[in-house]
Amino acid sequence: MTNRPGLGRIAAALLATAFLSTTFLAAGMQPARAHDYTQGDLRIGHPWTRATAPTAKVGAGYMTIANRGGVPDRLVSASTDAAGRVEIHEMSMEAGVMRMRELAGGLPLPAGADVALKPGGYHLMLMDLRAPLKQGASIPVMLVFERAGRVQVELKVEPPGGPAGGAHGHGHGAGSRAPGHNH
Amino acid sequence: MRTLRILRHAAWVLVALLGLAALAATLGWFPGDGPASRRPVPFAAPSIGGPFAMRDAAGVAVGERDLVGRPSLLFFGFTHCPDICPTAMSDIAGWMKELGPQADSLQVFFVTVDPERDRPAELAAYAAMFDPRIRPLVGTEAELAAMAKAWRVYYRRVPLSGGGYTMDHTATIYLVGRDGRFSGTIDPREGGESTLAKLRRLLAAT
Repeated sequence: MTNRPGLGRIAAALLATAFLSTTFLAAGMQPARAHDYTQGDLRIGHPWTRATAPTAKVGAGYMTIANRGGVPDRLVSASTDAAGRVEIHEMSMEAGVMRMRELAGGLPLPAGADVALKPGGYHLMLMDLRAPLKQGASIPVMLVFERAGRVQVELKVEPPGGPAGGAHGHGHGAGSRAPGHNH
Repeated sequence: MRTLRILRHAAWVLVALLGLAALAATLGWFPGDGPASRRPVPFAAPSIGGPFAMRDAAGVAVGERDLVGRPSLLFFGFTHCPDICPTAMSDIAGWMKELGPQADSLQVFFVTVDPERDRPAELAAYAAMFDPRIRPLVGTEAELAAMAKAWRVYYRRVPLSGGGYTMDHTATIYLVGRDGRFSGTIDPREGGESTLAKLRRLLAAT
């Protein structure tokens, strides 16, 4: 009777240990930094998305993809359980007008080039979201490349304004919103 | 590219026509306004702004008269917009934070160009996520078309291959003085410093 709470605590500790070791093991399997992925010649850096409104039906996925190989590759498609479908889009601004187009043939990844999916440019468009994206969550997304094959990545859900968290006087062309520019 | 060239030519033709019209108006060429009755015509730069009749998320009517008395920002977008709209909205929210209590005298409107999908509840939740002071505006397709015409806002529905649609739209942020008149724009990609300076000028102007 009296040692019941004690047992509970031990069980909890064991569970926590198990959980932590799994986490560390999982982290240990990533060859590069915490939130980078490598597959063949491709290095995929910090995939992220923004938190959405409770009623939102769409979200955008961003990341950098570096092709370190000597042969061009191509991001052909992407999918996730979090959304009904995912399209690869390009946004452009001309004379104050924003236009968004689907890249029907996928996103080309030239040999030796770094391609950024970032606000104001390329992005994955997550459509028909099954649930709003909550800040702090991770959204598993399967990327399909023409040569490198399939890579499972996780989109980190950043605040609605993205990692830069809104404007604070840092000239923010599309580029300065890239992850890692937190202030 | 061809389309661009055609668009550019069309734009120049429009500019030329507007110029002629302005000249005609100034010189009193229009009938019924005989040369004798040359009323002073305000400089006829292509005017931005004008009457509109929309509603906020609570169903309260909002029109051009509500722009008088307090400086305002107008941004046209839609909630199914994954990229530029959240970027611009969070920028606006960031500027409001930066301005501090001064921002309370600023009215910020988010006008949806997608009234079919953007219901008041969605708009309210969307705007509140960035700053609860941002007031969404919605109208019927006709009301939106009228407002867009007056404010020279472009919007167009673009079908997506997998079904559904997205919107191309003007993403410029409009500044309106407390006299209710258009006073300038903010490019969504503009730096924060220049923007804050513009907003402070807008707030300081009488």
